[in-house]
Amino acid sequence: MPKDHGIGASPKRREDVRFLTGAGNYTDDINVHGQAYVYFLRSDMAHGKINKIDTSAAADMPGVVRIFTGADFEGVGGLPCGWEITDKNGAAMKEPAHPVLAIGKVRHVGDPVAAIVADSLEQARDAAEAIELDIEELPAVVDMPRALQADSPLVHDDLADNLCYDWQFGTDTETTDKAFAAAAHVTTLELVNNRLVANPMEPRVAVGDYSRANDESTLYTTSQNPHVIRLLMGAFVLGIPEHKLRVVAPDVGGGFGTKIFHYAEEAFCTFASRQINRAVKWTSSRSEAFMSDAHGRDHVTKIELALDADNNFTAVRTNTHANMGAYLSTFSTSVPTWLHGTLMAGNYRTPAVQVNVKAVFTNTVPVDAYRGAGRPEATFQLERVIDQAARELGVDPIALRRQNFISEFPYETPVAVVYDTGDYVATMDKMEELIDIAGFPARRAESEARGMLRGLGVNCFIEACGIAPSNLVGQLGARAGLYDAATVRVNATGSISVMVGAHSHGQGHETVFPQVVAEMLGIDESMIDIVHGDTSKIPFGMGTYGSRSLAVCGSAMVRATEKIINKAKKIAGHLLEASEADIELKDGQFSVAGTDKSVAWGDVTLAAYVPHNYPLEDIEPGLEETAFYDPSNFTYPAGAYACEVEVDPETGKVTIEKFVSADDFGNVINPMIVEGQVHGGIAQGIGQALLENCSYDENGQLLSASYMDYAMPRADDLPHMSQYQVDHSCQTPCTHNPLGVKGCGEAGAIGSPPTVVNAVLDALNSGGHNVAHIDMPVSPARVWAAING
Amino acid sequence: MQMNDSREIAAPRDVVWAAILDPEVLKSCVPGCTEMTGSAEEGFEATVVQKVGPVKATFKGQVTMSAMDAPNSVTLSGEGKGGAAGFAKGGAKVDLEETENGGTLLTYDVEAKVGGKLAQLGSRIIDGFAKKMADQFFTNFQNALEAPAEGEELAAAPDGDENHKKGWFKRLVKG
Repeated sequence: MPKDHGIGASPKRREDVRFLTGAGNYTDDINVHGQAYVYFLRSDMAHGKINKIDTSAAADMPGVVRIFTGADFEGVGGLPCGWEITDKNGAAMKEPAHPVLAIGKVRHVGDPVAAIVADSLEQARDAAEAIELDIEELPAVVDMPRALQADSPLVHDDLADNLCYDWQFGTDTETTDKAFAAAAHVTTLELVNNRLVANPMEPRVAVGDYSRANDESTLYTTSQNPHVIRLLMGAFVLGIPEHKLRVVAPDVGGGFGTKIFHYAEEAFCTFASRQINRAVKWTSSRSEAFMSDAHGRDHVTKIELALDADNNFTAVRTNTHANMGAYLSTFSTSVPTWLHGTLMAGNYRTPAVQVNVKAVFTNTVPVDAYRGAGRPEATFQLERVIDQAARELGVDPIALRRQNFISEFPYETPVAVVYDTGDYVATMDKMEELIDIAGFPARRAESEARGMLRGLGVNCFIEACGIAPSNLVGQLGARAGLYDAATVRVNATGSISVMVGAHSHGQGHETVFPQVVAEMLGIDESMIDIVHGDTSKIPFGMGTYGSRSLAVCGSAMVRATEKIINKAKKIAGHLLEASEADIELKDGQFSVAGTDKSVAWGDVTLAAYVPHNYPLEDIEPGLEETAFYDPSNFTYPAGAYACEVEVDPETGKVTIEKFVSADDFGNVINPMIVEGQVHGGIAQGIGQALLENCSYDENGQLLSASYMDYAMPRADDLPHMSQYQVDHSCQTPCTHNPLGVKGCGEAGAIGSPPTVVNAVLDALNSGGHNVAHIDMPVSPARVWAAING
Repeated sequence: MQMNDSREIAAPRDVVWAAILDPEVLKSCVPGCTEMTGSAEEGFEATVVQKVGPVKATFKGQVTMSAMDAPNSVTLSGEGKGGAAGFAKGGAKVDLEETENGGTLLTYDVEAKVGGKLAQLGSRIIDGFAKKMADQFFTNFQNALEAPAEGEELAAAPDGDENHKKGWFKRLVKG
């Protein structure tokens, strides 16, 4: 029987009660007495020289408090990049200035030129219309190969070219070239990983609130990691010491990576509030979000796969152009390198893997991590080229994958990581069972009888999650440690507040984390609450991204709870007049082994805070412990996905008939929440595969800046719940964290895009259409064009 | 975006040429134009109110004439700023040829660009919109120049403006 509490149970998400009944407290719900509102006047040109910004007429408009331009930020720091990449020649990446408000030039549509602070948002917006901008339009560059040509317009005039770095990684060139020269077969594909906009349900919001009374600034913001924002903004942008700066990220309505980064609007509101001695609030409109939230993906890749005469993979070589946009967003530089290159071995024991990435500046919105961040790009390339190789060689794509699987662990790849554990055969077996491989020919025949093409696509993937071992990422260029922290505060009556560095913005931490502590202490989950999102309340943790919360912060929480148990046993031993070594904790009772003597959890916690009968000479009163946890390795969730599609050859329309996932997440704390994470990830992956595309014209104008033109998946674009099967029964627990968990937040978004595209191509080829590849989104127009090529 | 087309106008080439350079003609022919001042030599100042999909805006801008080769060809270029709606700019090369029956063949080659909110919200419809604008302009232009057919003498142009009866410009220059 499934458990009804603790680890492995699926209690409903307690936070949903407030979200679903309108009781959530989002940043936009926060209003500070006397606050002013800011409206950002943004560039409608992709590239231009700022000759003059005349704010004199606007400054006299009703309600205007003050108008800021780039000149007000001379002497203030720029937005920092958190990861330094060393290029293949040993040089540091190029790191151009990223001012809070544009100085000298505008570099993308949406670049903020001026900020109008007024008594009301409407007044600020009206005043913005009265600002006279003299911006001389310059030729813009959008296309990455074009940006690298010698005569390209320069996004940053102080740089020699638009190349941020040229990074090479993995097997050396001589060995790789030799492997390709000796290959019996080489398959080559050129692929685009389409630019996406994250579109969390809640747009970004920032409220800066300066208190003259104690010279303290508070920033309320929609962030996945308040301590990271406090560190970056305080130390690098505004020069505010951390003890005078508080960052609060209350309920956050979805992040998907795009709320990791430190944005100009956060720094602006904090800065402006100090200047005008009044709180300043900004709420992004949806249109603004399209041109100011960091975008995702946007890689163009050539991948080559070499095989020997027995179809063993002998080498993989990739050349990728990665779009950085106009400025370096906080973690932009790490995405195409350490979060992408290190995964290019996939689930396979290919002896030679070489990755080259050229990161390029263009006149577009900055690009950074988006659910999966680098790993979906790696998986897409590898799994597409393997599928195409199987087609070219006339072999079964599943058999080709199985033949090349890594089967012994730990396994050190040619791209620097060590997979601690896994069982790729088990997830593949499970996937085949769920999709009913044997029944596919009959289903295909049935579709064909109706004039439709049916395809089966499969995909295997691995990700590096639980980000990340600080000593390792430090060597790789990270400018921060990536541990996390938790404080377990036991109250006198036995209830517990757990203050965590991880931030919950849809993941369900408030439900899952108490399940772990309750299991360890044998007490009811309802006695435990999670506190997160406020730097004045929580220990210094690094936040939530990279499927890390449970693997890293959860491990810190386990360590802190272990300290609590150790101390509680000492107290219990004193109360029971027994040796601490003989005390056992079970179901919330401390008992002396082999006797019927016991004290309850509440007796011990009360003694800790009312220490009338207490070993004061040996231990301090109180029961509160903090632990920091720095993982010794990444975790490596892996899985096998399959999907069946029907393609209408008359219209090119793709319909997903069935989608199955067999994931290995290691141990699972709350199966319901894990399944929800996978469902959501798959929906986002299907969105990328079939619908979503962020589009620029050749002048750098953003063309897809509303839901009229940016196709978000809707319920009727996705399979019905009955057509999904989400399985996580294959479990090889992580070997190096105390919970044995690997992380599940990104798997769906990593595993699903190539699965869908492989299925579409299988369908087309089954119908006699010899198509090697279609770029995402695989829209009806593109499928139709491929069929009628 | 680029568009080109041609149409035959039942008016002599010198009349067509004069009309192209006349701010009153331009004002009445540019769809949504509420103001047009200036001259062919100095350039025109124009105000145009237009709605592109969900974006309605008042565009203010300059139109300049260049590469004037009377009465054969001229290039018009303009840039309009629509405040929060963004901007539109473009150029049109217009060629005039005499036809055998005494009329004029007008050929145009238009290039247009939009930016800001217009591009962000209207890109799907902007091509169709621009084509419609160009069609309307040249239809209005043709109507202003051509003598009305029998029985149409009193019919007003769709906007109801008396001045815009068919052939008004032609009658004006003849009168």
